[in-house]
Amino acid sequence: MADGSIYNYDILILATGAKIAPEEIDGMKAEEWQKSVFDFYTFEGALALRNKLREWEGGKLLVHITEMPIKCPVAPLEFAFLADSFFKHKKMRDKVEISFVTPLSGAFTKPKATAALDHLLDEKNIKIEADFAIESVDNDRKVIVDYGGREVPFDLLVTVPTNKGDEVIARSGMGDDLNFIPTNKATLQSLAFENIFVLGDASNIPASKAGSVAHFEAEILTENIKHYIKGEALSEEFDGHANCFIETGGGKALLIDFNYTHEPVEGTFPFPGVGPLRLMKESRMNHMGKLAFRWIYWNMLLKGTHIPFVSSHMEEAGKNFN
Amino acid sequence: MEKEIAGKMIKVNDEGYLTDFSQWTQEVGAAIAEENNIVMTPRHWEVIAYLQNEHKNNVALSIRKIGKSDVLDIKEFYQLFPQGPLKTSTKIAGIPKPASCI
Repeated sequence: MADGSIYNYDILILATGAKIAPEEIDGMKAEEWQKSVFDFYTFEGALALRNKLREWEGGKLLVHITEMPIKCPVAPLEFAFLADSFFKHKKMRDKVEISFVTPLSGAFTKPKATAALDHLLDEKNIKIEADFAIESVDNDRKVIVDYGGREVPFDLLVTVPTNKGDEVIARSGMGDDLNFIPTNKATLQSLAFENIFVLGDASNIPASKAGSVAHFEAEILTENIKHYIKGEALSEEFDGHANCFIETGGGKALLIDFNYTHEPVEGTFPFPGVGPLRLMKESRMNHMGKLAFRWIYWNMLLKGTHIPFVSSHMEEAGKNFN
Repeated sequence: MEKEIAGKMIKVNDEGYLTDFSQWTQEVGAAIAEENNIVMTPRHWEVIAYLQNEHKNNVALSIRKIGKSDVLDIKEFYQLFPQGPLKTSTKIAGIPKPASCI
């Protein structure tokens, strides 16, 4: 520990998370940082951006992702949608040009959701700049430059910097090149040490770095630690299940539900064929669902109460896979 | 599905990536390169061989990994394969499109 105290362990669960590393990109954390270049993944960043948005008079707004993976891959999209809604509300949407700049080939990481989200971006007049691998931020000219020499100018750059695991993981020698811990994607056991388990964003598993993922992982991890203590084989059960609301502005939201093998598709949730929530469709009901989730989060999730009808494994019924 | 590439029927997915690496030959790679307006040089083939080897060793490919390799830097990667170098080069190499995207 920082104070020099030492704790021994028989079993260690690492849940050290991920955080932003703007210093990874030349010129990102420079003169314009928190003046015209902002992040919203830290309290200070979000606060500074809020204050900036209150007085900003318009221009080119870029919502930008540096590189994958990032915490909550839908957050930058939500920001773009909500910015559209915010500026409409302030009656200055015509003064703001919004572009979504991403290293991916489209709005999201999975093809069907990308098609639906690309359409929504288009509908909201948000331009998409895809396949953009940023090399640097030019603070003098206010442009971002990619490795191919492509440039996108900005007046306000809202970026999601590179996400990395905690430095403690780098110091322990357990991390990969982004300080994420190589982990078995089905059992959540670390690949290097059998008595170390990894929960949430700290691992390198190919699932979204999202709260819902950590929640579903926790249920499987609890069982696996019990198995490990008894000397039993671990269950290879984690399926990469993620479930995310995407606020799309104007009191509507979209809901997506997916795992390692199934990308987000249309359907109903949580009751197959019934709903009341509709997957991959923008609706007012989904927004109400998100509001209800606030209460569920504080009053059930944090207390460890099981949420009825929502299981750690993704439900395949009620979804239109083709 | 199958597509005729360099005079042979080759199994590819919707996006044109080979689904059976054993069908890959340098002629197939060259034909895919041509479709993507890339003129292959010996240096291009060195990079392709490197990517194929990384894939064989189950290394997940990303722009960052390329940058940290001692084979080439990201700038050169872009010069060789402009516009989405990872997407284009893996297609030419006959290996899957990197799923660095979650």
